[in-house]
Amino acid sequence: MSMPDVKEKWTNTINTVTIGATKEQGGTRGRTVTIGGETTLPFLTFEGEIPNRPVVAGIIGDVVPDRWPEMLRKAIGDVINSPTEWAQKLVEEDKVDLISLKLLGADPNGANRSPADCAKTVKAVLEAVDVPLIFWGCDDLEKDNAVLQECSQAARGENCLIGSATEDNYRTLGAIGTADKHKLIAEAPVDINIGKQVNILLQDAGFKLEDVVMCQSTAALGYGFDYVYTIFERVRIAGLKGDKLMALPQIANCGEEVWKVKEAVAGEDILPGWGAIEKRGVNWESATAAGYLQASADIVTLAHPKSIAVIRETIDELMK
Amino acid sequence: MIFIGERINTGFKDIKQAVMDKNPKPLQDWARKQTKAGATYLDVNLGAVSSNPADHCWMIETVQEAVDTLICVDSNKVKILAEALKVCKKPPLINSTTAADEKLEPIMALAAEHNASIIGVVMDETGAPKNADKRVENAGKILAKAMELGIEPDRVFLDPIVMPLKYMQEQAGQILEATRQFGLFSDPPPHITCGLSNISNGTKNKSLINRIFLTMAINCGMDSAICDVTDRKLVNAAKTAELVMNREIYADAYLSM
Repeated sequence: MSMPDVKEKWTNTINTVTIGATKEQGGTRGRTVTIGGETTLPFLTFEGEIPNRPVVAGIIGDVVPDRWPEMLRKAIGDVINSPTEWAQKLVEEDKVDLISLKLLGADPNGANRSPADCAKTVKAVLEAVDVPLIFWGCDDLEKDNAVLQECSQAARGENCLIGSATEDNYRTLGAIGTADKHKLIAEAPVDINIGKQVNILLQDAGFKLEDVVMCQSTAALGYGFDYVYTIFERVRIAGLKGDKLMALPQIANCGEEVWKVKEAVAGEDILPGWGAIEKRGVNWESATAAGYLQASADIVTLAHPKSIAVIRETIDELMK
Repeated sequence: MIFIGERINTGFKDIKQAVMDKNPKPLQDWARKQTKAGATYLDVNLGAVSSNPADHCWMIETVQEAVDTLICVDSNKVKILAEALKVCKKPPLINSTTAADEKLEPIMALAAEHNASIIGVVMDETGAPKNADKRVENAGKILAKAMELGIEPDRVFLDPIVMPLKYMQEQAGQILEATRQFGLFSDPPPHITCGLSNISNGTKNKSLINRIFLTMAINCGMDSAICDVTDRKLVNAAKTAELVMNREIYADAYLSM
């Protein structure tokens, strides 16, 4: 007796999004990165098509993230003081697929760098490396509107991925993305309904969903990871079932979140019995990212060189 | 919800006149209007105006010049379907076959040949069933034929045959019960659709009756309707019912989609 075929059959395909533009495409990138296009859940290659593997974005900052633990800064090395050299190291040594630049220095409560200075950093990073670029604001709504606009213009034609459009700024971000031909991250605060809402709003504002990557916020392991995991999964299942508003690639900003939580940053003096911080921090970041890959993240951002190596190997293994 | 726009049908005077005059404008206006209102398919029905397949092809091509919405080819004549399916640019929906062998065999074969989806109206040689059981029996026969020809359930739209509430009031419950049982045929289940406006035939509260019936049918598993997609209240009620059934993810702006 033959066994019944129990494979899931999905009716829809996740959108394909390409980030970066080569010379022929109007940019200066040496290569582009394409994500999405799945017709099945992560790594279930026996069930459907996964034409593009998940990718790793290496995190850099325009200023040194002052909250990061000493062990992480050491692992990155002196290049941490120069966004361009930092990006180069990530590309050449750590072999990341793209760079994720957080414009932390724009924060009015921090270095308060001007939009023009931020744009200079974006430009310099684009000149230093030839992989595609993601750049994010500093999470101050008013400042980001100015910063992202100026950075977007500086990167015109490079087809960057800009973070992030929310319920509060979707009109501005939509206009920026359209004007300078960039892709957008649509972000919602751990809320699938708002996630869908932001997509509708962006679409209503005339921005094409084919140019959007969803971010359901990201939670580090132990800090609501399971909530976000299920949202990633529900988004993907809805998309595969035919909900066009949910059939978008997704990004998990792992590195940004992990290096804020005590389990990843506190030494053994504060967390006795939890093991050496060197190992623990990397494990925390890798485990968080590996989880999001299973939940259907198409891009994960990572900061520690060792986590990058672990996750690249994980993707290699799972895509075999 | 899969909305099938009913308006490009020679049963409506403006369309009838347009087809007789070969005037594309009314067809294209309705094609655009129904597409804008959210129709997944546009039903195209030549009716009794002509028995010439070329006239049906003209209607489809005229619609396809204006929009790229999927076409629902509305005819139960094999000769017309065979020609009309050829001019559809994207895989169409056939409206329809019945469970009667003389229709089921050739029309299902056409669906397989053209990679089309197909509406199966659950009547047979003896006519329209009066109870749920017979409807389910005929639906089973249609679905079995589809599977035999390699047509997956997600390309089959079962139609329980809606009867006018005003004249056959006892039928509504039977139709809803049959709809509920259609959903148990397979996993994922076939689509379930209906010619919605039949329910309000001859009544004075058409829009309200259509809306209430569709909402109740959605609760029983219906996920499609051939209807007036420009009836905003109807479409909004259906979208809301789908949320209640947890078939769609809620967003504040869900009605704008």
